[in-house]
Amino acid sequence: MLSSAVKFAVSATSRTIRCLHGSAAVCSDKLFVHRDTPENNASLTFEFSAENKKRADLIIGHYPKGHQAAATIPLLDIAQRQSGGWLPISAMNYVADLLKMPRIRIYEVATFYTMFNREPVGKYRVQVCSTTPCVLGGCGCGVIIDALKQKLGINVGETTKDKMFSLGEVECLGACVNAPVVSINDSYYEDLTPKDIDVIIDELKAGKVPKAGPRSGRFTAEPASGLTTLTEPPKPAGFGVRKDL
Amino acid sequence: MATLLKIWPLMGRRILGNPAACLACKSARTASGSSDQPEVELFVNDIPVSVPPGTTVLQACAEVGVQIPRFCYHDRLSIAGNCRMCLVEVEKSAKPVASCAMPVMKGMRVKTDSEIARKAREGVMEFLLMNHPLDCPICDQGGECDLQDQSMVFGSDRSRFVDMDHEGKRAVEDKDIGPLVKTIMTRCIQCTRCVRFANEIAGVEEIGTTGRGSDMQIGTYVEKLFGSELSGNIIDICPVGALTSKPYAFTARPWENRKTESIDVMDALGSNIIVATREGSVIRILPRLHEDINEEWLSDRSRFAYDGLKRQRLVSPMVKDASGTLVSCEWEDAFFTILDRLTGVTGSEIAAIAGGHADAESLIVLKDLLNRLGSEALCTEEIFPMDAAGTDLRSNYLLNTQISGIEEAEVVLLVGTNPRYEAPLLNARIRKSWLHNDLTVGVIGPQLDLTYEYDHLGDSTKVLQELAAGTHPFNKVLSSTKRAMIIVGSAVLQRADGGAIHAAMSTLAQNHRVKSGCDESWRVLNVLQRVASQVAALDLGYKAGVQVVRDNPPKVLYLLGADEQTVTKADLPSDCFVVYQGCHGDAGASMADVVLPGAAYTEKVGTYVNTEGRAQQTQVAVTPPGMAREDWKIIRALSEIVGQTLPYDNLNEVRRRLAQMSPNLTRYGDVEEANYFKQAEELAKSVKSSLASDALTPPQLSLKDFYMVDSISRASQTMAHCVAAVTKAEAK
Repeated sequence: MLSSAVKFAVSATSRTIRCLHGSAAVCSDKLFVHRDTPENNASLTFEFSAENKKRADLIIGHYPKGHQAAATIPLLDIAQRQSGGWLPISAMNYVADLLKMPRIRIYEVATFYTMFNREPVGKYRVQVCSTTPCVLGGCGCGVIIDALKQKLGINVGETTKDKMFSLGEVECLGACVNAPVVSINDSYYEDLTPKDIDVIIDELKAGKVPKAGPRSGRFTAEPASGLTTLTEPPKPAGFGVRKDL
Repeated sequence: MATLLKIWPLMGRRILGNPAACLACKSARTASGSSDQPEVELFVNDIPVSVPPGTTVLQACAEVGVQIPRFCYHDRLSIAGNCRMCLVEVEKSAKPVASCAMPVMKGMRVKTDSEIARKAREGVMEFLLMNHPLDCPICDQGGECDLQDQSMVFGSDRSRFVDMDHEGKRAVEDKDIGPLVKTIMTRCIQCTRCVRFANEIAGVEEIGTTGRGSDMQIGTYVEKLFGSELSGNIIDICPVGALTSKPYAFTARPWENRKTESIDVMDALGSNIIVATREGSVIRILPRLHEDINEEWLSDRSRFAYDGLKRQRLVSPMVKDASGTLVSCEWEDAFFTILDRLTGVTGSEIAAIAGGHADAESLIVLKDLLNRLGSEALCTEEIFPMDAAGTDLRSNYLLNTQISGIEEAEVVLLVGTNPRYEAPLLNARIRKSWLHNDLTVGVIGPQLDLTYEYDHLGDSTKVLQELAAGTHPFNKVLSSTKRAMIIVGSAVLQRADGGAIHAAMSTLAQNHRVKSGCDESWRVLNVLQRVASQVAALDLGYKAGVQVVRDNPPKVLYLLGADEQTVTKADLPSDCFVVYQGCHGDAGASMADVVLPGAAYTEKVGTYVNTEGRAQQTQVAVTPPGMAREDWKIIRALSEIVGQTLPYDNLNEVRRRLAQMSPNLTRYGDVEEANYFKQAEELAKSVKSSLASDALTPPQLSLKDFYMVDSISRASQTMAHCVAAVTKAEAK
């Protein structure tokens, strides 16, 4: 009696469970529509500084007449740097007007590329690579993220109250050999351990610029255990070439 | 994204050639089949077919009658190739091929119904449906939804969707893009047709794709009104229920509607429409394909002003009582009141004014009646210069080159017109030609956003003089081509110096025809009319403009749908008896002593001649409300009462009379061409008036001015919402 009930329950369950699984689509934590906020609305004015204007003109000049749109991304980058690491709507509008493009074309570009921040961010944008090699390499990015969370007191995707640090997880930074890697603004910090994180963050807090590059002491992406090939100085020009040439 | 980058350089067309425009250009050429290159032979499901090189596989399949399913591909838009629904198998190709973007190659063997093709489509369909809500029962697109139809044919017969809690389905917030288009963006499949329509056809680059990957969404990024006069068309091209009609929301299912093929009268183009009706009222208006007029588009006023047909209607005859209020009465009472006033009045004391929506049948019947009563004072509300040849030569008041002629033109000169709001689809043609055929546009008038670039020649009449004399720099541009068009707006011809403006343009056009040695059949001078009735009225011999009425104030004035207040009570003697016949209680009815309720354009069979001179007829979609009747019948009945019985009793007999007057009026669908440009030009020399110094400014300058122009659109709530929305957007 009991066994038949169990049998029924098992068969009923197996009938409802399919062999295919759907996993929830991973959605971005960013909004792809604009919301007016006091610090980000179209009524605020934005204009390139004289120096940046010169830079922008130089970049625009690289492209033939009628193809100024090609300067969109570099100009948006300049605008982002000028406004403190993020791109207010007024800056996008300014770039659109400067390049004589419809504004929506600029919005499309700015929303497509994740390196354009459309909301205010901290002074230092700490971005931890969490792609496979960084998960596996060295101490692994999981440890690094934990260390950063602890050190900064924020979660991934958040900014510290003093607007100094924003913590983010990103896909491959292209420095897999030196895993785990963290990029802070324009610098890469590689071969990290939780201790290095402490040092780097403290230095940044103190207003110093920590030395970028591998923290393990090796030069760039050389083998961690020292050179295995190309150990002697390179041969001079003309080496191995026929005498009569 | 790649697609959009491809689309956007359209803006830069003027400077360098760009791939998208060339592509569209090429496809336009191949469509017309004028390519000199040898045709390419390929096989579709083993059926041989020869097509010009550059044709896509999808088009080649259509040649042999194989319909390939598609979402993003649209004949009149650039190719995006992002929905992947049109995948077909091509022999020796490693993967299924997106047929909409694949040019044909010699000896290609395409299989559209093979196992691979079917599996590919089924897979694509499954992916599309993964993030598409299953809300067909509450979706307005249901029944006319491409996704619904194609999933029935090409989709899988069972679902692998297990996420019953809808945790994994993408949700996108709706956008507010104005009072006409309702958005339910979760239903969007990112085909980007609306984006391409806005960029390419409408020329209002405000819609785009933001975000990337599964977060990509269509929208304006910032909350914004989609400020286009053609915005309703994105509803038609949307293959799913993401963009639907706001006024039509939750009104009816398409299979419940009765569809009547008719003609639009909201502007002078005579766009072909389908009037959908249900339970005796018009519930929506859709465009109908006519390659030479509206292609498959429709302007917002034509599409959405239909709710005005149900408001402010005159539903019974009315007579003014002793206290001066209009009181409903029977038809006989109204007719006998008119008879009372007509007795003792001589013919010369009677006049009639025809409004912009009058059909040719009622125009001829009214003319016959008044002529029998001894009056010649029949005029139209719209003024047209009567100097020199005036309206005697048809070529003077027609869009002679025709709307489709714009695609052949190389130079277009717009004089005192804003085609964007006076005739949106004509403007869309100019933009099309500007994009694909390198059309040069010159504008005399204020500097407005016409959705294309143009040479602005200023807005003074001096420019006209210089052009006519051949001393203006733009004369060089004109003389460089054999295909030039001059489009004069009817509005500037209504000024006191209209005759002189017309004469100047006539001279310029004729000089150009002679000097450039263009084809005899190529006409240069064009007049863009603004109201639907004008050409037919002038063809029938109505006098343009109400000067006649002002000069000889009548004792009895008959207004046939005249609502533009060209003649007001103040212009008339106090004892003047005004009869108003029309469909709406607007300005005309409010000054009338007797009101006769007529039918609107959706309620009668009526002949309208568009600005090209093309006769077309409307059909009865619904019966006129209340006691309202077809207009020609009212006048015919009145003629019997006043003792001048007109000799026709049915529509055929009226049309026979129309054909007697002007045979072109009953040759439906055909353009009756007009010539005698030379004679018109010679006569134009006798024009006495000289050009005034006022700037040449058309009346409709901004989008706000576009929505309400006649009694129907003024009665429409939807149009009022549009005006409010635009006003709000402009204030921002």
